[in-house]
Amino acid sequence: MTTATQPIGTRRTSNTSQRKHRRNWRGWLFVGPFAAVFLLVFIAPLAYALGLSLFANRMIGGTVFVGFGNYLTLFADPLFWQGLWRVILVLIVQVPLMLAIAMFVALALDSGRLHGSNFFRLSIFMPYLIPTVVAALMWGFLYGTNYGLVGQLNGFFGTSLNLFSADWILVSISNVITWTYIGYNMLIFYSSLKTISPSLYEAAVIDGASEWQIIRAIKIPHLRGSIAIATIFSIIGTFQLFNEPSVMQKMAPSVITNSFTPNIYAYNLSFNSGQQGYAAALAIVMGLVTVIIAYVVQLRGMRTEEGTN
Amino acid sequence: MTTAPAPIPAVARRSRRAVGVPRPQKKRRSSNAPRKSWTFTIVTGVFLLYSIFPLIWLLINATKSQQDFVSTFGLSFGGSFAFWDNIVEVFTAQNGIFTRWLLNTLMYVVVGAGGAVFLAVLGGYGLAKYRFPGRNAVFLVVMGAIAVPSAALAVPTFLMFAKLGITNTPWAVIIPSLVAPFGLYLMYVFSMESVPTELLEAARMDGASEFRTFFQVSLPLLAPGIVTVSLFTVTATWNNYFLPLIMLKDSAWYPLTIGLNQWNQQAYIAGGTPVQNLVIMGSLITIIPLIVTFLLLQKYWQAGLSAGSVKE
Repeated sequence: MTTATQPIGTRRTSNTSQRKHRRNWRGWLFVGPFAAVFLLVFIAPLAYALGLSLFANRMIGGTVFVGFGNYLTLFADPLFWQGLWRVILVLIVQVPLMLAIAMFVALALDSGRLHGSNFFRLSIFMPYLIPTVVAALMWGFLYGTNYGLVGQLNGFFGTSLNLFSADWILVSISNVITWTYIGYNMLIFYSSLKTISPSLYEAAVIDGASEWQIIRAIKIPHLRGSIAIATIFSIIGTFQLFNEPSVMQKMAPSVITNSFTPNIYAYNLSFNSGQQGYAAALAIVMGLVTVIIAYVVQLRGMRTEEGTN
Repeated sequence: MTTAPAPIPAVARRSRRAVGVPRPQKKRRSSNAPRKSWTFTIVTGVFLLYSIFPLIWLLINATKSQQDFVSTFGLSFGGSFAFWDNIVEVFTAQNGIFTRWLLNTLMYVVVGAGGAVFLAVLGGYGLAKYRFPGRNAVFLVVMGAIAVPSAALAVPTFLMFAKLGITNTPWAVIIPSLVAPFGLYLMYVFSMESVPTELLEAARMDGASEFRTFFQVSLPLLAPGIVTVSLFTVTATWNNYFLPLIMLKDSAWYPLTIGLNQWNQQAYIAGGTPVQNLVIMGSLITIIPLIVTFLLLQKYWQAGLSAGSVKE
């Protein structure tokens, strides 16, 4: 998060002389407790996973050292690639759609042209407060072909739409994610729009700019930083996709397999088939992929920012 | 998507406002307040409808008995009004295990999220207001941690905890909840913005200890930021699913999310009795506390959000 590290640099250069004499260990009194727990629940499991990924459980001989064997197996494992492809599909279709809707709503709220905008903001944000499990259950009931709403509508119109079929399942899951996170992303964009200086609008109005021109020339460029951040968090979330398909697995048992997403695969590998080393290798690869893609998006976001400023 | 972090602040470069002080409302475009438009309201209303439609469905179906749930149209009321009966049944089914799940969830929130906020406030403040050896290293590692999928760590954490013998106990859920790298980052930004270093110097001159300065001078200034971080950390913990799913086997330690899913799965087990009316009423009871809390505290978190938001 480069946006995050900037303040250190700027702060330090501006305050070096004043602060130098205060450089001592006292800060650890405050940071120490967090750092200690962080070591236990973040660094230790990471190191443990790295070690674990070099071992494999064999029917004969128990746990044996296999070096990078797990990684090589993983790269040749079609189940892994199929799962990864599914989350990538969600990523390139669902994430842009969700962020576009979120941005539309944020701009609509910010335009001041909506009746009852406070009601709009709170209602659209509300799904974010609903646990993924409840969201997936509710939508699952609605999708149901037996006594769900889709089933009832099918009966009424004489259609046979099945949102749990292999053709539709990614759309069905993407819909749950979109529903949950539109409001959250809308709030990120909206808070950012609220920080635009009013004098900028006044100047634009004096220059005779239309509402549309203000959106294109002032508001959307201003949102670049938030869009980059919202994109990064969506990428992280999508690569971790687990809860929605996991809850819906019972509703679409033959479609949502035990390797439907990389995360579901890792879960089943370690808890159902005892291949912890292999699961650890998968988790590490997914972590690396996420970090790299998040980093690339952030670099791109920054470059465009520099370009416009 | 277990622990989605709170909306993002980046560095405020322009703001000279103290955190949490709402900007004067009238200031903006006071000369030419835009006309409200019904057409535009209705177009945007499509998304409003999309957002609240499943919740309306939930409310309607919470009034139905299991019998009505499977036999009547989803968006109309059933033959009977079983709303109160469902509430009673949710709390009495299986010797009142739902109450146990509710209390478990509360415990995970109070101890886990509460501890996470406490550590994040202390840590963020320490990073913002002190220069100490290793500070930059801590900062970089924690920022990197935000991008690491928490799920990547869940399985190794489980195996580690299994060695320590604490899986299937509340500790297995509480300890990993104690670390909120994103909360720490938010508190870092809030501390930078709203606690003037001069004030701390003055307190030190008067001979106040570091902790006394923190509790008496800084903490009140950080209050709106703390409310914001608390609300989003509480939401993440209240709604957590993946972590307790991995860590807990004994249903007596389940939080609401896992318990509800277990109730739902009864419908799919051969010979199981479907209790979808309980799943729906239980879901309703699960979501209401968070919604009420956010509505009651909206002034604080909205101020906190705009104070910490991206200002390019």
